Amino acid sequence: MDLAYKILIDPFMQMGAAPDLLVQTLWEGLVAGVLYSLIALGFVLIFKASGVFNFAQGIMVVFAALTLVGLHELGIPAFVALFLTIVVMFGLAFLVERLMLRPLVNQPDIILFMATFGLTYFLIGFGELVFGGNPKKMIASELYLPSGAYDIKMFGGFVSLQKIDIAAAVIVSLMVLFLALFFQKTRIGRALRAVADSHKAALSVGISLEQIWVVVWFAAGIVALVTGIMWGARSEVSFSLQIIALKALPVLILGGFTSIPGAIVGGLIIGVGEKLGEFYWGPLLGSGIESWLAYVIALVFLLFRPQGLFGEKIIERI
Amino acid sequence: MFYREAGQFKTTYQADQAVFPILQDRIGLAVILVGAFVFIPFAASDFFINVIMIPFLILALASIGLNILTGYTGLLSLGTGGFMGVGAFACYKLTTFFPGVNVIVWIFVSGFFATALGILFGLPSLRIKGFYLLVATLAAQFFLDWSFIRIQWLTNYNTSGAIEVPTRTLFSVPLTGPNATPQLRYLVILAIVTLLTWLASNLVHGRIGRMWMAVRDMDLAAELIGIPLYRTKLLAFAISSYYCGVAGALMVFFWYGSAEPGVFNIDQSFTILFMVIIGGLGSLTGSFFGAALIYGLPIVLKVGLHGLGWNILPATIEHLTFMTVGALIVLVLIIEPLGLARLWQITKQKLRVWPFPY
Repeated sequence: MDLAYKILIDPFMQMGAAPDLLVQTLWEGLVAGVLYSLIALGFVLIFKASGVFNFAQGIMVVFAALTLVGLHELGIPAFVALFLTIVVMFGLAFLVERLMLRPLVNQPDIILFMATFGLTYFLIGFGELVFGGNPKKMIASELYLPSGAYDIKMFGGFVSLQKIDIAAAVIVSLMVLFLALFFQKTRIGRALRAVADSHKAALSVGISLEQIWVVVWFAAGIVALVTGIMWGARSEVSFSLQIIALKALPVLILGGFTSIPGAIVGGLIIGVGEKLGEFYWGPLLGSGIESWLAYVIALVFLLFRPQGLFGEKIIERI
Repeated sequence: MFYREAGQFKTTYQADQAVFPILQDRIGLAVILVGAFVFIPFAASDFFINVIMIPFLILALASIGLNILTGYTGLLSLGTGGFMGVGAFACYKLTTFFPGVNVIVWIFVSGFFATALGILFGLPSLRIKGFYLLVATLAAQFFLDWSFIRIQWLTNYNTSGAIEVPTRTLFSVPLTGPNATPQLRYLVILAIVTLLTWLASNLVHGRIGRMWMAVRDMDLAAELIGIPLYRTKLLAFAISSYYCGVAGALMVFFWYGSAEPGVFNIDQSFTILFMVIIGGLGSLTGSFFGAALIYGLPIVLKVGLHGLGWNILPATIEHLTFMTVGALIVLVLIIEPLGLARLWQITKQKLRVWPFPY
């Protein structure tokens, strides 16, 4: 009985007793969720357009952020460095297409997926070799990102909202809007969706697969750069981010592999669920449950909806 | 030239369906076994046994475990590290509870604990597969990793959070712990690995193996021809986890000597997965190749670069290793998606018909 009380009733009593803490926790969950969504967005972009499950998205985030900071450390002005980083990400997309995807065209999905494993390891080694393994500070103020926090009075307490988090939410919304327009309205966007449906059919109507892949990996690179800047501004740029990027996997599961809104909603659910679980139920299990709670949430979801919240229904034929 | 089967006639079905139908293969295997059991313990240096042979065998065993799941049954898993940890901690708890029973018995028993957890985390595989299943196994990995750190009962409330392997003996000769000789530890591992590889070979060549492969190639079709899908998948999870558990127990008891929980983190899972991919999905020989390559490569790089007279920091070597392994994975996948085992097969085929192309 005591245990049932602790699990089922006590946390809600705590929530009711200190609503400002609850709001703060929710807000932190939402913010973490936005960042998960960003990483998941990169995954979804590539999965939609090429059917490749890009495991390297996490390290691309780190790589983009490190390039930006590293270039700035060389004395290049922040915005020039930003531009150069975009050029680097384009180069990366180009090389990935030329050296990895093109020779592997028409291979089963699992082979392509494993190739991105290889890419991950290569980028980890390359990044550490060039930029060193030490954490770096993101050049947030040079990029005119706000810092500091708003304190809002609420329920007789304070809720503190970091300005950078608000900026992140705004930027993410803009980016999703832009991506949605890009996918729905432009010529390349239509070609992307065609490729996602069927490589062969797309080729037969004259869509250049190579070009599409470069475009989509470049887009994922840009998303990675934005993620890197936002995440870097919150804490710092280090390779441990790459493990956090694995959190994008449950987000994807929740939202469905092919849905951009799914990535966003999934990210928010995971972020909030994780923070609430850690804060209110974590002490029961000795804390630190944040590391696996997201996966378990996703697992439970999977048992009821195998294709995710917004995913297309999986139809199999023999 | 020497490798051809001309004149070797099969008169029974049994001989025709043997795992090694060609005489030269059987001779080769015998030479390898004799070399491993007799030559290496006597002739090789302690360093070679400790640093190369013992890790290689243990990692190969873990790769076989994952290969059964991923290579033969087609279920992607990133929980290997966690299951290895279960084996290691189970063995530690058992041998400290019952010090009277020989540690080798506990090594075999501890695999069953990994099996139990493997079945538990394999349960979602009925409804999900592919990348979705990958996330389910990640849940296992992170949950188990967390338990090893948080549940102090597992480490007998050791303040450092690590486990120290106690000295255990066989006929009053120390097998584990600081006083055990590398030769003896090597022989124990070799015997266990040989036994389990032989069992695995029989499994995958028999009815069960065929069921696994049918599920891998197309699960719906497999179900239609009467293969019980769920049982087959769970069996693969069970046996795979057993192998991983035994490998984990061996790793701590006969290789590391002590272990922090962090040993069994996600990186371990990745390493084993790479071994399986590079070695060849769905090949036991490939597991050995993959383990040798992925484990041996950093050592070769280190020794080689020092041999060239380059003065390189250890950290740089580590980064270079990462890059090489990454590039190698992509390269192997491009050249031969079926891995080193397939290359080995092609080489054998070429030798058979040499000097003619066909």
